[in-house]
Amino acid sequence: MTAHSFALPVIIFTTFWGLIGIAGPWFVPKGPNRGVIITMLVATAVCCYLFWLIAILAQMNPLFGPQLKNETIWYVRFLWE
Amino acid sequence: MGSLFRSEPMCLAQLFLQSGTAYECLSALGEKGLVQFRDLNQNVSSFQRKFVGEVKRCEELERILVYLVQEITRANIPLPEGEASPPAPPPKQVLEMQEQLQKLEVELREVTKNKEKLRKNLLELIEYTHMLRVTRTFVKRNVEFEPTYEEFPSLENDSLLDYSSMQRLGAKLGFVSGLIHQGKVDAFEKMLWRVCKGYTIVTYAELDESLEDPETGEVIKWYVFLISFWGEQIGHKVKKICDCYHCHIYPYPNTAEERKEIQEGLNTRIQDLYTVLHKTEDYLRQVLCKAAESVYSRVVQVKKMKAIYHTLNMCSFDVTNKCLIAEVWCPEAELRDLRRALEQGSRESGATIPSFMNTIPTKETPPTLIRTNRFTEGFQNIVDAYGVGSYREVNPALFTIITFPFLFAVMFGDLGHGFVMFLFALLLVVNENRPGLNQSQEILRMFFNGRYILLLMGLFSVYTGLVYNDCFSKSVNIFGSRWNVSAMYSSSHTAQERDKMALWNDSVVRHSRVLQLDPAVPGVFRGPYPFGIDPIWNLATNRLTFLNSFKMKMSVILGIIHMTFGVTLGIFNHLHFRKKFNILLVSIPELLFMLCIFGYLIFMIVYKWLVFSAETSREAPSILIEFINMFIFPASGTSGLYPGQEHVQKVLLVVTALSVPVLFLGKPLFLLWLHNGRSCFGVSRSGYTLVRKDSEEEVSLLGNQDIEEGNSQMEDGCREMTCEEFNFGEILMTQVIHSIEYCLGCISNTASYLRLWALSLAHAQLSDVLWAMLMRVGLRVDTTFGVLLLLPVIALFAVLTIFILLIMEGLSAFLHAIRLHWVEFQNKFYVGAGTKFVPFSFSLLSSKFSDGDNVA
Repeated sequence: MTAHSFALPVIIFTTFWGLIGIAGPWFVPKGPNRGVIITMLVATAVCCYLFWLIAILAQMNPLFGPQLKNETIWYVRFLWE
Repeated sequence: MGSLFRSEPMCLAQLFLQSGTAYECLSALGEKGLVQFRDLNQNVSSFQRKFVGEVKRCEELERILVYLVQEITRANIPLPEGEASPPAPPPKQVLEMQEQLQKLEVELREVTKNKEKLRKNLLELIEYTHMLRVTRTFVKRNVEFEPTYEEFPSLENDSLLDYSSMQRLGAKLGFVSGLIHQGKVDAFEKMLWRVCKGYTIVTYAELDESLEDPETGEVIKWYVFLISFWGEQIGHKVKKICDCYHCHIYPYPNTAEERKEIQEGLNTRIQDLYTVLHKTEDYLRQVLCKAAESVYSRVVQVKKMKAIYHTLNMCSFDVTNKCLIAEVWCPEAELRDLRRALEQGSRESGATIPSFMNTIPTKETPPTLIRTNRFTEGFQNIVDAYGVGSYREVNPALFTIITFPFLFAVMFGDLGHGFVMFLFALLLVVNENRPGLNQSQEILRMFFNGRYILLLMGLFSVYTGLVYNDCFSKSVNIFGSRWNVSAMYSSSHTAQERDKMALWNDSVVRHSRVLQLDPAVPGVFRGPYPFGIDPIWNLATNRLTFLNSFKMKMSVILGIIHMTFGVTLGIFNHLHFRKKFNILLVSIPELLFMLCIFGYLIFMIVYKWLVFSAETSREAPSILIEFINMFIFPASGTSGLYPGQEHVQKVLLVVTALSVPVLFLGKPLFLLWLHNGRSCFGVSRSGYTLVRKDSEEEVSLLGNQDIEEGNSQMEDGCREMTCEEFNFGEILMTQVIHSIEYCLGCISNTASYLRLWALSLAHAQLSDVLWAMLMRVGLRVDTTFGVLLLLPVIALFAVLTIFILLIMEGLSAFLHAIRLHWVEFQNKFYVGAGTKFVPFSFSLLSSKFSDGDNVA
């Protein structure tokens, strides 16, 4: 189950940033700023994808869990679940 | 890549301007702003240059215009600032303009002087009337209440010509009357008493209205006084004292008829003066209004003229003294425009021989030109503040457009704050064409110039805020938390599972203050939160333990990737300057060094994330310990991350150790071998010394006819030195310093990137404290009073958020992001030793009235 719930976001976000970073540059109209816009698209895609990837990888196999106060446990149990 | 990747290629051109057309050609060039002039007369002082007379004339005209503008603003006439910029006037028009302006100035000064005189006169007459009016009551009063003057009953009846004394029976009674300042009255009276010892009688009264003092122009209160004295000597003394105290003395009439006569005369004169004064003021206003229409265009024209003459002073004359020669730096892409501008100028001046130009080879380094638009200008300024790029080197500003806001956002990471910043920047951007913003004061001006930077910073902060799951210190639960609390209860599990784990039930929960979820229990952890940090961590007491580990690893990963990118950009520089040996001997060892140590660190981090989980958490080794053990080779090693780790690490260490001496000695030894192994070609020209050893550009600027045949095999670097100038010691020293700096810098710079973690932690904590101290207090009050309390609490929260979190933290993160770019990123490849290209352009002259000239 964890594998599934990990695979889906990865696919979605990889395709999303891949579209922006790899497919996007082909659609930039010709003009004096073409190089700048392509660089911006690729850099944005790389930075944002990397940042998100680090965040999800760090949480994939947690070595310890959150420590909650008993009030919070009661609240979360009855409101979120 | 666009021209933002590298600066533009430049060439040195010589312009031959015929003396008749020089002015017009320069005017055409200044309108277009194409080229930068070089000063050919550097050792000539500014007073000995050719066009000094014309420059002086321009300055004289400027002085007159400044005086005009002053007078116009003083008269509160609106000054229209035209939109279009008129061209510089041809020399024939200048004389005419000069005459006009001088005449105008003379007339203005005269009229103003006359006006002042008239006003002064008017004031004196007004004072006289007041004095006459008030002293009438004195005399009446004296006659009524002080019978002591009955000895001289015919006082009123005598008609006298002289006000100071009366000739009668040897007894002289005189009067002095006038006005005196309010502040001086007491001292005046005391002085009179002391000096004249009772032979005078002083009466004074305050004037109700304050009048203007004709000399100083201030409006003050006056006292009217009347001194009657007995004796000529006393009279002189009194007059001297009056002079001393700056009183305004007016003739005192001795009879009532005389007084009436004088008053009537004064009244008519005052009326006349008023009319004349009005007429003068109207005339003056008319003149100023007429001048105000054209003064703006005149100011611009004179500025342009002065700039042209300054530039003409930089040119030199050729041998026949008929032609001016100018040397300019021109971008190669604009050579055609330059020719066309010269033709246009020659045509306008109607000369038979047109001016022309040709390019000349040069060994000097041209200035750096990078064309920016209003979006990229801000980022280019950030890079230029560190140092203007050397000619034709890779420009980091292209990448800074995204990496700078991104690194800022990593340190700032809050959804709410980022959105507010984005809105503020959007406000500035949408209103950027409003004229008011361009001329506002310093601080707002700085924000305005950086509006696009702020915009991107805000946008990225919104994204990182979403990933950190932090919005005004609260988390947003969009997808549902993946940590399940109910699964920790023993009721959720079968009997056999219960025995192996420590589970909860209601009494356990009620009696323990804090409890920790265990991801090893099945069902508790259901996978990573799809976007960002799980919202349950915001409720946890051990939140920082998890976040610190995450953010530290993230900072190190981002930092190493940023630095590796910097080294890679250096490869582009080596390729461009045709020094392929640099790639093999410098860039590859640098990359190997960095990647074998720190790239391996990244590998270990990601490996541990992927492989170790809650079940194996007891054996999960600490990355830090493993990393240190890589270098120390302890006797009792830990179990390690993966099998075969020791061998892999040994190999990596060997590669690193080998790359270090290559980095230190490779390049100097290679150059030495080139120098000795192949004897010197290409030095048959005398005086072929290069200013900079590192650039091939100067050589390529030499005209094609100058390069010998068969030089292609020397492209690797023999060209860069003469036989006499190869200094092995210096090259070795430079390379050793560079290598040491690089190797030590790798470690210290990687640690420096930990500031990404530190600042984001500080921001999150500050935000949390603000919420806990303010909003929570306000939200906890239940009653209706609480609603009223919430209003000032929210106001205070908003103000503190803006000042502390947005401005202070924003500035702090901005500064640290700049530091990371300037030091850690740019010292991997950027030299930054160039000069900026400043073209001769009229648009660079300031167009405001109050600013001084900017000579291009």
